[in-house]
Amino acid sequence: MRFFVRRGIFYVVTAWAAVTINFIIPRLMPGDPVKAIMAKSQGRLDSSAEAAIRTLFGLDEQKSIWQQYLDYWNLLLHGNLGVSFTYYPTPVAEMIRQTLPWTVGLVGVATVIAFVVGTLLGTGIGWRRGTWADSLLPISTFFSAVPYFWLGLVVIAIFSVNLGWFPSSGAYDRSMVPAFTPEFIGSVLYYGTLPALTIVVSSIAGWILGMRNMMVTVSSEDYVTVAQAKGLSERAVVFGYAARNAILPQISSFALSLGFIVGGTLIMEMVFSYPGIGFLLYNATTNHDYTLMQGCFLVITLSVLVANIVADFVYAALDPRTRQEG
Amino acid sequence: MSAVPVAPGRLTADPVLEIRNLSVDYGYDENPVHVLRQASLTLNRGEVLGLAGESGCGKSTLAYAATRLLPPPGLITGGQVLFHGRDGSTADILSMSDAELRASRWQDLAIVFQGAMNSLNPVFRVGRQIADAIRAHRPSVSQKEALERAADLLDMVGISPDRLRAYPHQLSGGMRQRVMIAMALALDPQVLIMDEPTTALDVVMQRQIVEQIAELRDRLGFSVIFITHDVSLLIEIADRIAIMYAGEIVEDATAQDVYRRPRHPYSNGLLHSFPPLRGPRRELGGIPGSPPDLARLPSGCPFRARCPFVFDACAHVQPELVAPDVPGDDPRRSVACLRHDPDRVAAAGFTPVPVPPELALR
Repeated sequence: MRFFVRRGIFYVVTAWAAVTINFIIPRLMPGDPVKAIMAKSQGRLDSSAEAAIRTLFGLDEQKSIWQQYLDYWNLLLHGNLGVSFTYYPTPVAEMIRQTLPWTVGLVGVATVIAFVVGTLLGTGIGWRRGTWADSLLPISTFFSAVPYFWLGLVVIAIFSVNLGWFPSSGAYDRSMVPAFTPEFIGSVLYYGTLPALTIVVSSIAGWILGMRNMMVTVSSEDYVTVAQAKGLSERAVVFGYAARNAILPQISSFALSLGFIVGGTLIMEMVFSYPGIGFLLYNATTNHDYTLMQGCFLVITLSVLVANIVADFVYAALDPRTRQEG
Repeated sequence: MSAVPVAPGRLTADPVLEIRNLSVDYGYDENPVHVLRQASLTLNRGEVLGLAGESGCGKSTLAYAATRLLPPPGLITGGQVLFHGRDGSTADILSMSDAELRASRWQDLAIVFQGAMNSLNPVFRVGRQIADAIRAHRPSVSQKEALERAADLLDMVGISPDRLRAYPHQLSGGMRQRVMIAMALALDPQVLIMDEPTTALDVVMQRQIVEQIAELRDRLGFSVIFITHDVSLLIEIADRIAIMYAGEIVEDATAQDVYRRPRHPYSNGLLHSFPPLRGPRRELGGIPGSPPDLARLPSGCPFRARCPFVFDACAHVQPELVAPDVPGDDPRRSVACLRHDPDRVAAAGFTPVPVPPELALR
């Protein structure tokens, strides 16, 4: 129990630091969002509008940085992430709420599939090393070595342009209204197949390789030999003793990759024009949309943190040696 | 074969495990290393058989091969391992199907491995690991009953039953080795193979464990193959000792015979490399040289380069286990030395040389 309390305190402090850094960084960045809007309008806005825009975004009041920090926390705790500069007056929280489920849904499911399939394959290949199954390694490594955007474009060219099996862009049929109906869910799955497939194919090599190598190491441990000598069934030895211990490092990598789900899928979302948070962040960056960027960063940071917490606790549950109890 | 338990410590001709002409190669290519060549060994019921020899002579390989636990690239190239059950049935472990082998393991023959530190899975409680073995063979036993049995077993090896819920990293090295012994005895096996069970422990713990094994053997009546490089330890606990050298068994006799009347020059050298605690002082001498490269074994006797009693036939004739050529010796003991085998020497066209007095002590 002490372990969990200690880890809990640690994560609260980390979260505070992350939020604070998120507050400081935009204030250190050069440039001025209002000037950026003026520049983007290319003279269609009168120069006298600058002051009006400044007032609109609440940038005219002179507040101390400390006061700003307190206001920031106050708004944050009320779930208010400000208003987007570019898509004024849409609230940032609203925009994130619209895009986040798409990214988490698609990339999350794809990552879980890649992890489960890759780990199982790695278990098999590592346990029976030296068979034909080893040839899966270079093949899968090839797919993770090719640049993702190229893989995505090739897959689109083959499966949606030439064969016409799957749509090339979007998240669902535009003629439908988003709702929890079987038709709409079917459409989401249909549109998500290609992007999910490319994510799985490009990331599975890491899981296979990591698990295979750990299996090879763990298989030669004495306790695996003892498990065999005890007359346990092959299944019990592989999954109960060998894979059970080999999976521990995989859990940490999985947690890290869960964190990257939210932030690291920019290229996929661009190639497949998928309405996710990576795409949103990309737009925010090109438009100097500070509030939107800040909101995206905050969500990404917090999700990495949450993934770490989960991994930490799962790891502690799986490996008693990390619990430091008496 | 009777199922009557024999008085421990007494030699009987009631074999429980017979290893016949077991050969093991390491490596799958054209030039495998022959690490075990035609090794034969018989373990009688209720007996403690010591297997001694220096590092790399094939002691552990023998144990792993006899239980079919040899890790790759080890390959059993020939031989038989006959196990005689309590009911008089005989089975060759090497030709069992996977299912038969799985059923036989731990039930008939259990092993305590070299590294007690690594023999326990670090992520499971020790109780569960003992219960695992019980439940694998007796599926009708509930987890609760299996854990109760595990508690009894821990108590038997002198560990408080409340350590059942401990993880391996919470136990000391000696305790872990005791847990392994308890685990090995979980299914009341007839044969216990102990591969250097006390190597990583200090001498006090070593003694406690060895005494514990002897005491349990007396109580439960299992047979033990005790593998170690510590000959002095073996002389105390073993009924019979087999000495291995370069993948072969070179001498097989009762512990007292090996200690007082060694017949092989290698055994003689081993016995002179540690001081006796009691009795007259004698000169300590090591064995010059080092063991041969098993990948490039010399012709004839593998020990000849280090042997003080070498003669011309040794370079050409391969010795085999025969009764020693010393009148009045126990006919059951055997030695692989050409000094004791004038017939083979003569058959190869060499002049036999008599047994030197050092190897014919009474």
